[in-house]
Amino acid sequence: MTELTIKERMAIQRTTMPEQDPVERAQNFKEVNQGLPLEWAIQEAKRCLGCKKRPCVDGCPVNVHIPEFLDKLAEGDVAGAATILRVDNALPATTGRVCPQEMQCEGKCVRGKKGQPVAIGWLERFVADWAAENMEPDKAPAEQTGFRVAVIGSGPGGLTAAGELARAGHGVHVFEALHDTGGVLRYGIPEFRLPKRIVDQEVENLRSLGVEIECDVIVGRTLTLSEIRDDFDAVFVANGAGLPMFLNVPGENLKGVYSANEYLTRTNLMGAWTGDVTGTPIFRGRRVVVFGGGNVAMDSVRTAKRLGAERAIIAYRRGKEEMPARVEEVHHAEEEGIEFHLLVAPLEILEDDKGWVRAVRLQKMELGEPDASGRRRPVAVPGSEFELECDAVVVALGTVANPLLTNAEPDLKLDKWGNIIADESQATSLDGVFAGGDIVRGGATVILAMGDGKCAAQSIDEYLKGKTPKAAA
Amino acid sequence: MFKVISNEEIAPQLHRMVIEAPRIAKARKPGQFAIVRLRPGAERIPLTIADDDPVAGTITLIIQAVGYSTQEIVATKAGEYIQNIAGPLGMPTEIENWGKVICVGGGAGAAVLYPLAKALAQAGNELITIIGGRSAEYVILFDELAAFSKEAIATTEDGSMGEKGFVTGPLKRILDESTTKPHAVYAVGPVPMMRAVSELTRPYGVKTIVSLNPIMIDGTGMCGGCRVTVGGEVKFACVDGPEFDGHQVDYDELFARQNAYQELDEHGCRLDSVKV
Repeated sequence: MTELTIKERMAIQRTTMPEQDPVERAQNFKEVNQGLPLEWAIQEAKRCLGCKKRPCVDGCPVNVHIPEFLDKLAEGDVAGAATILRVDNALPATTGRVCPQEMQCEGKCVRGKKGQPVAIGWLERFVADWAAENMEPDKAPAEQTGFRVAVIGSGPGGLTAAGELARAGHGVHVFEALHDTGGVLRYGIPEFRLPKRIVDQEVENLRSLGVEIECDVIVGRTLTLSEIRDDFDAVFVANGAGLPMFLNVPGENLKGVYSANEYLTRTNLMGAWTGDVTGTPIFRGRRVVVFGGGNVAMDSVRTAKRLGAERAIIAYRRGKEEMPARVEEVHHAEEEGIEFHLLVAPLEILEDDKGWVRAVRLQKMELGEPDASGRRRPVAVPGSEFELECDAVVVALGTVANPLLTNAEPDLKLDKWGNIIADESQATSLDGVFAGGDIVRGGATVILAMGDGKCAAQSIDEYLKGKTPKAAA
Repeated sequence: MFKVISNEEIAPQLHRMVIEAPRIAKARKPGQFAIVRLRPGAERIPLTIADDDPVAGTITLIIQAVGYSTQEIVATKAGEYIQNIAGPLGMPTEIENWGKVICVGGGAGAAVLYPLAKALAQAGNELITIIGGRSAEYVILFDELAAFSKEAIATTEDGSMGEKGFVTGPLKRILDESTTKPHAVYAVGPVPMMRAVSELTRPYGVKTIVSLNPIMIDGTGMCGGCRVTVGGEVKFACVDGPEFDGHQVDYDELFARQNAYQELDEHGCRLDSVKV
């Protein structure tokens, strides 16, 4: 423990994050946040009071030992901090960048009650980035159990489970449907928020733990879950989000209308932002309207700006307070000149004489009584319809369950939305099959999927106790 | 990595490639496709799986080299590798012994038709096959299809092979002359041809099944780029199709969406850009 009194700790102001200049960054795909210098990180870590109750740990879906790693960091022992961080979090460089800290660890931090919480997310990112540069990745444990576990999907849930299972000495084989790893971390979250070298690094760390990853295997099509169950001792299904939802308004299939999934996949996974004419194209709208108020909507609208849109506009049917996006993303978007049209709902997408988008027709809304989600329900204002000119529209309304895996598995119990039913240990209705992330939750966050992955790994470890590995039978 | 076993040009710009892909060969059913990505940085291209050999662990793709990406794929020689192939994707064709069916293929569409026709014939159906092309060299797989058809007719626009004209000519004659109504017409080809066939069969009340190839990225339902309107409902060709009721498809929309990227310049901008 560094010798600082509570009073001295309280006197330290929260650090700021060095950022790329907003005008400049709105024209490139480089990361917005530049990362803290070592001295700033140590100083920020000293702000932690090391309180007994540790509410930050309860606020974390993977229960990172936050005060402990901050304490090591405050002492200047970054390697010690990294070692603690790795125990609980398989993807710290990712979560440090994309977690909604204000709703989790930082939201619970006692320092936030009077002033600013400790910048736990930025410090997590600092320690993870430092470790990636200065420490060797962990190796597979010498003692192997002989069990083989299949993980379906290499997104945040799958990677987390794979890491935990490999650390426990199990053989892990990950099946990925796309041609590259990372799931939403690669196809969804843009480079300027989560550089793909970070995803590569996290995946390399897992490979070093002995995890095998096989791309181009679509479970439900290339292989069925039953075939995988025959070959493996247990399975974790984390195949992620499914079919994008649309607005159900006229004009939605016009040229220039994208789902956020398609818009971001073209840009991120397929690299359309590089402008390589031999690769995947994307339509670079000059005035782009994005429907939605979540992180995916923010990612889309900021991508539109970087692809050269002169005006990039969020259209959201509730108010700013009701937006589910991370506070930092909304703030960054505003700095970059993103326009917000709040309390508007889409009525129709209008076409020009060549079948391309020319405008959206919107209706003004006002907030009424709270609905089931606790957010105030938007109510249409009669006679308030108006047109907003644009040449591209991106729809970021979320997704519904992907049927490819589940359709081929009639005995796997689903809820009425087609998501897999899993209990608190992530166990499904099939013996030895566990599931988590969006295929169970129907659309959540990276860290919740990771929490599921961690929980499932522990449950699988439990499940395998006392069993004989299939390979040995 | 997927090894190319053989690659032959069977018609101008049309290649038959046999590729090692044991898992896909085992799982694949007629009517399904695969997504092919030749190399890092390349597009993901959906291609119908024309045939399989589960014993040899190979699949056959018949590829029309129409754009940069497909030209690059067909330039891959035997012994070389394709970076990524994912599949099989899409719903398999519903195959039963229906009795009598008519199979209509236009241009490279014959390659998509081939596995369906083969499966329908193997199930005991009586096939009448009509294959059309601009000229004789564009009429592909005719002998292969004729081998399991009761009757096979070729049509060419220039009359260099078979009947002069379009596939709709003999199709109309068969529908008018046949004493027993066919169970269904399967039509695969360019959008205008599938539309023409569907319009022709509509008054006869003959079920018409078309196989659509809209633009797609992942092929697993994730992007929604392949959405088509069928009977007023939005469907995803990759998970709900690629085969749909030809009488219900919104062909104008399909055609427009298929050609969207050809209307963009190399910067991804519209040539007739709107004022902002």
